[in-house]
Amino acid sequence: MIGTLLRRDLGLLLPGGRGGGGVLPLLFFLAVAMLYPFAVGPDAQLLARTGGGVIWVAALLAAILPLEKLVAADLEAGVFDQLHLRGVSEEWAMTSRLLAHWLAFAPLLLLATLPAAALLGISEATTRIVLLGLLAGTPGLAAVGLAVAALTASLRGGAALAGLMVIPLAVPILIFGAGTLARPDDTGGLLLTAALSLGLCAVTPFVAGGAIRAAREA
Amino acid sequence: MHGFANPKRFLSLANWLTPLLLVVGLVLSAGALYWGLFEVPPDRLMGETVRILFLHVPAAWLGMGGWTAIALSSLVFLVWRHPLAALAARAAALPGLVFTVVCLATGSIWGRPTWGTWWVWDGRLTSMLVLAFLYFAYIALAQAAEREGVSPRIPALFGLLGAINIPIINRSVVWWNSLHQPPSITMGKSAIDPEFLIPLLVAVAGFSLLFGGVVLARMRALLADVQAEARLRRRAMEAV
Repeated sequence: MIGTLLRRDLGLLLPGGRGGGGVLPLLFFLAVAMLYPFAVGPDAQLLARTGGGVIWVAALLAAILPLEKLVAADLEAGVFDQLHLRGVSEEWAMTSRLLAHWLAFAPLLLLATLPAAALLGISEATTRIVLLGLLAGTPGLAAVGLAVAALTASLRGGAALAGLMVIPLAVPILIFGAGTLARPDDTGGLLLTAALSLGLCAVTPFVAGGAIRAAREA
Repeated sequence: MHGFANPKRFLSLANWLTPLLLVVGLVLSAGALYWGLFEVPPDRLMGETVRILFLHVPAAWLGMGGWTAIALSSLVFLVWRHPLAALAARAAALPGLVFTVVCLATGSIWGRPTWGTWWVWDGRLTSMLVLAFLYFAYIALAQAAEREGVSPRIPALFGLLGAINIPIINRSVVWWNSLHQPPSITMGKSAIDPEFLIPLLVAVAGFSLLFGGVVLARMRALLADVQAEARLRRRAMEAV
């Protein structure tokens, strides 16, 4: 049952899926990486020094983009009610959705990091740190995003609200994740990012599941 | 605890407690501010700027206390479905935000002569700033939920999620701060002189009572809204 659910969620969220998501956040991510040099000037040294942080900010902003479609359409169509009748709890449905969301979002984002790093002239060593940090941090970003998407799914003006809610909650991931750039030899920041991601992934199914249940009540 | 789920019993308590808290809180905080602003001698290190702390410290305490109130009320509401707890969380949000903003503003004003700049990315300042954004998000979510008739469990869940995050945000900001620059200034570790401590404690107590009074008053207003709407609906049904 969970396997079927995951396959359905992936079909929905992967690029070219029925949800129509996937590629847009990546283009947005690259567009933000392109904007930064326009704003601060093409000084290669400055770009190389600050580029890692810019990639992190772009990744965080790109993570907000797919939230609108993540839960709301299925909630309105009554998919979660049907699953509930079949005995699949909202928490399980959200666990599957979290996994599918991360799989649809993170690998492509890591791939897009390479051209973004080239645009900003970041060294290979730094690029590797950024990639590792994003690998550890994206599950947490996906978890915060899914929790917020489920909380705002039943509201009409949910999209703008979701951005405002994600940013303060994602601050620790950004700090620990981007912090790995300042201390490249210290794995502590990377481990903290991973720990934070794991914690958020553990909490999110309950928050998001509770939100789906609450949306049914009202 | 369920005794107070009854709005009548709550109101019979809140009706006399609200003015009491407001008046005593107002007198205490005004007195403490006068004491702090005019009576206390200037500090040996900070000079006259020390006086702003009599507003800054209670504001910081209530800015964080406000979210604690939201988190506890949200938990009570989610677990026991205590209807007044949802109102309490809604009522605590705005005063909490106001105190957080006052804390940021006074901190910034204090920083100008002391650190020579309006804003320092100091750990405590920064985590208060993130807290202010959490308040904005919570209030926007609660308003949207109320406007669209969505279950109040939604903002309650966000209140709890935020409460889990606040200590992490605080730790992460302190860690980040130590990463970028050493603290610009550390408060003297030595115990605060009683000459400062007593008016400071009075100010904290006074503003806390004021906070409690405002929350109770806002809860009464929210309850009155619900009751007025219920009465209108009943009248409309009778008229049909």
